[in-house]
Amino acid sequence: MASNAQVSAKGGAQSGAVSSNLAYAALVLGWLVPGAGHVLVKRPFRGLFLFLSITSMFVLGVAMQGKLYGPNTGEILNVLGFVGDLGSGLLYIVAKSLDYGHAAVQVATADYGTKFAVVAGLLNFIAAIDAHNIGIGRKA
Amino acid sequence: MLTPSHFSAVLLFATFASVVFGITQRSTAGAMVKYGLYCFALFVVAVVGAGWVMWLIRH
Repeated sequence: MASNAQVSAKGGAQSGAVSSNLAYAALVLGWLVPGAGHVLVKRPFRGLFLFLSITSMFVLGVAMQGKLYGPNTGEILNVLGFVGDLGSGLLYIVAKSLDYGHAAVQVATADYGTKFAVVAGLLNFIAAIDAHNIGIGRKA
Repeated sequence: MLTPSHFSAVLLFATFASVVFGITQRSTAGAMVKYGLYCFALFVVAVVGAGWVMWLIRH
């Protein structure tokens, strides 16, 4: 009786660990590529819509000459902007490596572009955490 | 350089943010659509309302 319970508990722990690994993989992959975490946890249509929305928002932000924040600027608002931008994962890394968004032009649309890029990153954080929640079974 | 009008920028922002909010904050497809539309409406109404408030302050 007790051994059955132990076996059952051990099996549950193993499946929980596998599920947990998948959930963390979904979190990291979802951060790197918007929507990819949802594809990993078998929600491909949600992943597609998230990819289209977040990527479009980021690309439009860059196309509007928005600024992409860099690390080590020292000012707290720039650091917060950098954290927001970094949320876009590979989009940010690729855009930065191609030297996009190096300086804000002093027009309203460029300022909008900066906000588009930051908010795209923040939305991607939410999407990646949502994929993790689906992976651990907290959300359907 | 892409230069949308202020209102187009608002509509774009509201659309993309509402899609993400709808998908991440609800569990079923119907609820996601409803919540997404609700968020979109709130974004647009809030911006138009803020615009009128600024117009009143100006005049």
